[in-house]
Amino acid sequence: MTQLANEDLYQTVPESTRPLLEIRDLEVGFQTQHGLVPAVRGVSLTLHEGQTLAIVGESGSGKTTTAQAIINLLAGTGKVTAGEILFEGRDLTKLSAKEIQDVRGRLIGYVPQDPMSNLNPVWNIGYQVEEAIKANNVAQGKEARKRTIEVLQEAGLSDAADRLKQYPHQFSGGMRQRVLIGIGLSARPKLLIADEPTSALDVTVQRQILDHLATLTRDYGTSVLFITHDLGLAAERAEQLVVMYKGKIVESGPSKEILANPQHPYTQRLVAAAPSLASRRIQAKKNPQADAEKIYSEGSLDTGLIARASRRESAAPDRDLISVQGVTKVYRIRKGGFRSDELLAVNDVSFGVKKGTTTAIVGESGSGKSTVAKLILQLEGITSGKIEFDGQDVAGLKGAELLKFRRRVQPVFQDPYGSLDPQYNVGNTIAEPLLAHKVGTAKERQARVLELLDQVSLPSATRFRYPSELSGGQRQRIAVARALALKPDVLVLDEAVSALDVLVQGQILNLLTELQAELDLTYLFITHDLAVVRLVADNVCVMKKGQIVEAATTDEVFDNPRELYTQELLSAIPGGNFEFGR
Amino acid sequence: MLWYTGKRLLQMIPVFFGATFLIYFMVFSLPGDPIAALYGDRTPSPGVIAQIRAQYYLDQPLLVQYFHYMVGFLQGDLGTTYSGRPVADVMASAFPVTARLAMLALLFEAVAGILVGLIAGLRKGKFFDTSALVVSLLLISVPTFVIGFVMQFVFGVQLGWARTTVSGEAPLNELILPALVLASVSFAYIVRLTRASVSDNLNADFVRTATAKGLSRPRVVTVHVLRNSLVPVVTFLGVDLGSLMVGAIVTEGIFNINGVGGTVYKAIKLGEGPTVVSFIAVMVVIFVLANLLVDLLYAALDPRIRYAK
Repeated sequence: MTQLANEDLYQTVPESTRPLLEIRDLEVGFQTQHGLVPAVRGVSLTLHEGQTLAIVGESGSGKTTTAQAIINLLAGTGKVTAGEILFEGRDLTKLSAKEIQDVRGRLIGYVPQDPMSNLNPVWNIGYQVEEAIKANNVAQGKEARKRTIEVLQEAGLSDAADRLKQYPHQFSGGMRQRVLIGIGLSARPKLLIADEPTSALDVTVQRQILDHLATLTRDYGTSVLFITHDLGLAAERAEQLVVMYKGKIVESGPSKEILANPQHPYTQRLVAAAPSLASRRIQAKKNPQADAEKIYSEGSLDTGLIARASRRESAAPDRDLISVQGVTKVYRIRKGGFRSDELLAVNDVSFGVKKGTTTAIVGESGSGKSTVAKLILQLEGITSGKIEFDGQDVAGLKGAELLKFRRRVQPVFQDPYGSLDPQYNVGNTIAEPLLAHKVGTAKERQARVLELLDQVSLPSATRFRYPSELSGGQRQRIAVARALALKPDVLVLDEAVSALDVLVQGQILNLLTELQAELDLTYLFITHDLAVVRLVADNVCVMKKGQIVEAATTDEVFDNPRELYTQELLSAIPGGNFEFGR
Repeated sequence: MLWYTGKRLLQMIPVFFGATFLIYFMVFSLPGDPIAALYGDRTPSPGVIAQIRAQYYLDQPLLVQYFHYMVGFLQGDLGTTYSGRPVADVMASAFPVTARLAMLALLFEAVAGILVGLIAGLRKGKFFDTSALVVSLLLISVPTFVIGFVMQFVFGVQLGWARTTVSGEAPLNELILPALVLASVSFAYIVRLTRASVSDNLNADFVRTATAKGLSRPRVVTVHVLRNSLVPVVTFLGVDLGSLMVGAIVTEGIFNINGVGGTVYKAIKLGEGPTVVSFIAVMVVIFVLANLLVDLLYAALDPRIRYAK
């Protein structure tokens, strides 16, 4: 299974040239108290000069470990236990510490995943770039400073010369990622390893950065090894795909072939679950010219979602359950002393949400979408305007009234790791809202916990476990169960699936859809991911700089986006350019 | 930054008056008559008592006493001890001794502590690391006077490398042994703090990125691990500087050093109000300045910390 006919798939590559990178039967393990735990189990892949190859898989599949093994960046206890990594014919696993140090940066560049944590916060940007240039002997002294500015300008920081003395925290995420790309390419390496270089960024920024990276590597003739969990993104950006699952390669070959005709069941599931692709499928389905048969043959995980998406023309009830009218929120930012600046986070926003429907609020970070969620949840007071829930003005609610409102409107937050108390077991976590609102006896609460666990498809024994023992998807199910404990009418889901792997994301979205049908729930879905919106929302509000720039039904927004901004967001969905099923 | 420093210095004024008044109040509420304590077994004549009471405003209400004292203090008159020696004189002899001792101790604990902590953090789980942890635990759990007596005995009596007691002038070379004793506990804390901080930072993403850039291991460790690890250590050192400067009663007692700790201890026993309050006033200033220094150093080490104007 591991070798899965590598030779066949690589026939398109001319045999005359020696591959730039060739990994043969690589095995990597991590030393733990319980012995050696294998993370990569017999991986082989080949990358030729000027090519782009993507390794796709969920977290824990070994894709990042494989990439880090190439230049020996493995964390403390990890080591290569078998196989070889041939770079221009040289086995990198046999190099001494000094020799591999010479390969790093100069021959093989590296762009890490999270721009927030990958620059040292205590050194300025110029220093950190110059350091790489000097270490790889690209230039020294004054020349190095000049080269630093060039590198940053090439990476897309046009005002680099003025910003050298600034620190990472003074840069936005996208800008930091440009700096990291600059560092990775500063010595014009032959190979660039890009480990999820944009997964922490907004879609539109992601698109710009990936386009830029593609241009740079094409101009320099750099080969790229691209690590990602997003199949749509991989297919769009790389000619060759390698799909990894539990440390093994389950499928490899040209991207288009794999996407059109996935062989391995895992790849089929991935193709089915990727929201970027699923949303394309909905699009394709509506297009009579498309081959609908082919589209559906690829998987069934999301057929429920697709069916739901096509049922959108449901009879909507007459009255809005939530009605937001001209709401404005101004924050005061202290500037020291008695002076302060005003920040208009939400500016004259109005929309309505009908019972049993899902309304998505979409926008980039800083657009004010999360603030709207906080205002509706009454976690923050509004500056002006009016929010009505079930015909009642919620702004002035106090005491028992406010408690009653909270019972009916519950939040689910983004980070399944941060939003559960690690000291509380799952049962107590789910029962806590019941306890806080003094619902039922201890026995009844216990029964309710079991019922809720069942609703979110978790075994009843889960109630004795602690958050640290659970996966991200399980935690998010628990967060949903906790939110449902009080039988609310409305769930406010603030980026509730953004931190999850695609497959898990698909499962949670399915769960939410089922629960909505079962319990007649109303969802307010806050997200930056338009592909997800396509799957679950009835109505969409697109926010930009605190204002709603476009509000319509999901189909309208996707079929005829009126605003330029919405069009930009739509075209930024990864895989959007990919010609599907051909 | 300048504005911030100025603001912090202004904040010292209420702290200064609040702390000195509190101490003044507490010292004078202590049971016992300072005049009786001064004369010991002898009983002075009522006339003498009345004269002394008037001289030190002891017959006035507390607030008036404090006011008179402060007026004098701000004019540079710190008053006299009951034995007639000016308090300023006592300070001039005690503070330099304590300052020398404190600086020496601080130097020892900072240099040795950071070095040992760094190596331990880099070799987590190895022999050096485990030994450093055991030794530091030992230093923390054994009381200072035990460490003091043991070192005095071993280095002073048995090996004869150092004098067991410090002479009146307290020259630097005689202070080495007491400084080591004084630094021992803080050294242990710094080792543990640095070690934890270094091993945390070693796993940081930016350290991996630095390695991926092609930097050498020593450069990665000094430039990207050490500086980031120093922030909590510097905080600790600053607070420690404050407490070292106000003296160490136990260590000074063991080595017979006439420093601040011992002087204040004696003054409190005698109920010598002016001496105690004057010393405390200076200590408060030292403490506040040390804290300010920490905050400024903090900002120098971590550019994310920029104090609002």
